[in-house]
Amino acid sequence: MRRIIDTIIEKVIFSCGTLSVIFVILIFSFLFMESFAFFKDFDITKFVTGRYWYPDSEPALFGILSLIVGSFLVTLGACLIAVPVSIMTALYISEVVSKSVRDVLKSLVELMAAIPSVVIGFIGMIVLVPCVRKLFNVPTGLTAFSGSVMLAFMAMPTMVTISEDAIHSVPWQYKEGALALGATKWQTMRRIVLKTARPGIMAAIMLGIGRVVGETMTVMMITGNSSRIPHSIFEPVRTMTAVIAAEMGETVKGSMHYKALFSIGLVLFLITFLINFVADLFLGKNKNK
Amino acid sequence: MSKIEIKSFNLYYTNFHALKDISINIEDKRITTIIGPSGCGKSTLLRSINRINDTIEGVRTSGEINVYGENIYDNKIDVDILRRNVGMVFQRPNPFPISIYENVAFGLRVNRIGSNRWTISETVEKSLKAVLLWDNVKDRLHKSALSLTLEEQQRLCIARVIAVTPRIILLDEPCSSLDPVAIQKIEELMIQLKNRYTIIIVTHNMQQAARVSNDTAFMLFGKLVEFDKTEKIFTNPLKKETEDYVSGRFG
Ligand SMILES: Nc1ncnc2c1ncn2[C@@H]1O[C@H](COP(=O)(O)OP(=O)(O)O)[C@@H](O)[C@H]1O
Ligand SMILES: [Mg+2]
Repeated sequence: MRRIIDTIIEKVIFSCGTLSVIFVILIFSFLFMESFAFFKDFDITKFVTGRYWYPDSEPALFGILSLIVGSFLVTLGACLIAVPVSIMTALYISEVVSKSVRDVLKSLVELMAAIPSVVIGFIGMIVLVPCVRKLFNVPTGLTAFSGSVMLAFMAMPTMVTISEDAIHSVPWQYKEGALALGATKWQTMRRIVLKTARPGIMAAIMLGIGRVVGETMTVMMITGNSSRIPHSIFEPVRTMTAVIAAEMGETVKGSMHYKALFSIGLVLFLITFLINFVADLFLGKNKNK
Repeated sequence: MSKIEIKSFNLYYTNFHALKDISINIEDKRITTIIGPSGCGKSTLLRSINRINDTIEGVRTSGEINVYGENIYDNKIDVDILRRNVGMVFQRPNPFPISIYENVAFGLRVNRIGSNRWTISETVEKSLKAVLLWDNVKDRLHKSALSLTLEEQQRLCIARVIAVTPRIILLDEPCSSLDPVAIQKIEELMIQLKNRYTIIIVTHNMQQAARVSNDTAFMLFGKLVEFDKTEKIFTNPLKKETEDYVSGRFG
């Protein structure tokens, strides 16, 4: 009997694993096929370097450069805010406060991860956007900067919890050794703790970036949705994810516009794939050392 | 004149009274060992002398520990400077996961000793020579310290301490993870270092205490039972508990 249960469980686990691999392959081939069909009729260089996204004009223009720039700006801004703040927060939670406070803070941060992105977008709209408009004296508060700030909020829980785990798992013998040599608490953190935890922190950052790149709802609500190449972060932008989400519902299945959206999906997929690949390189290099 | 004067020192881990009214005077340029059964407070006492116990939550102390006539539990004391003067080697070798060179240079950098690259390199070399590790590692200084054997790692940890020129070195069972050959080499090293440093070693190995030390303190249940010359403790102790312990009747 136990044997039978064992084999059944083994089979179930195996099929689940196989299924998820099959799904990934299916999604990828689907994306690939639709994009391929699109690139047969529309030049791929014009797609990537074209500055204008006018799917309804005659002839239709499917240039996504402004969308790529938009996504890039918003993501970069979010990282510049989220990475330092997250590492500091993780250090604070792990190294400064007492054990009981640490548990409370950690659950709070994890709770933050559970806030739906619509809610974050909504808060951004009513709190941040008017502030940005007044503070920087710009015509609209719906800017790349606003998107970056709110996305930083979304990336932080992932970055904080995972880096905190990495920092916390640095053996205390290292810290004790450093302190015993006369290092201050801060020197110990900077020279030993952060160095030892670096692979984990890198992974945390990459996962956070992954979340930011793929985020849709928040950016759609507060970045202004203007597909022009911006001159500064205080101008409205439009991201790749926002275009797909906003326009997928109104296209005719099988049309050029429809296929173009899939091609954007493919570009996004390749970007996230690249980020993961770089993260793996980092982690692998650190492991071999 | 004693270097370390411990006066009615008590330590509590939250509510647990781990050190009970310890008083002891430790002399200069000698090796003192602290012996006693497991859990009697040897490590706790040793870790009080460089205040590394401060890093544990819930530790409270009373009484004084005077190092060179200065009470290190006084509020005015700069703990980082104290720890530079009172080096410590731990039970398990704990080299940092960075290069051999950087392990030794670490203490110099954080204490801003030796401002330029040349003096740092020189001190690293001198320290590694002092622990007889230089010839082994001089061709792989920039390899990770974790690639060394346990004995070499422990030597590296001693070199790291020597590099910042402490006056006192505390060693907490420095040989407990080493094999007999390595133990002998480390013991020889400690005897060599005696000329230049005041050394305190915690050990539960009585042969080791008898072999290397000048003075021996025997502890039991958080109290200091007896402190005297090593020969005296091992051949003609005053207290019955000491005699029972050194003759191997308990512990
Ligand atoms: N961090 C700690 N918290 C609470 N109790 C501790 C802690 N460290 C040690 N103790 C207790 O203090 C006593 C002495 O420990 P220790 O100094 O490590 O003994 P030894 O080194 O002689 O084996 C033991 O009973 C131990 O359980
Ligand atoms: Mg101990």
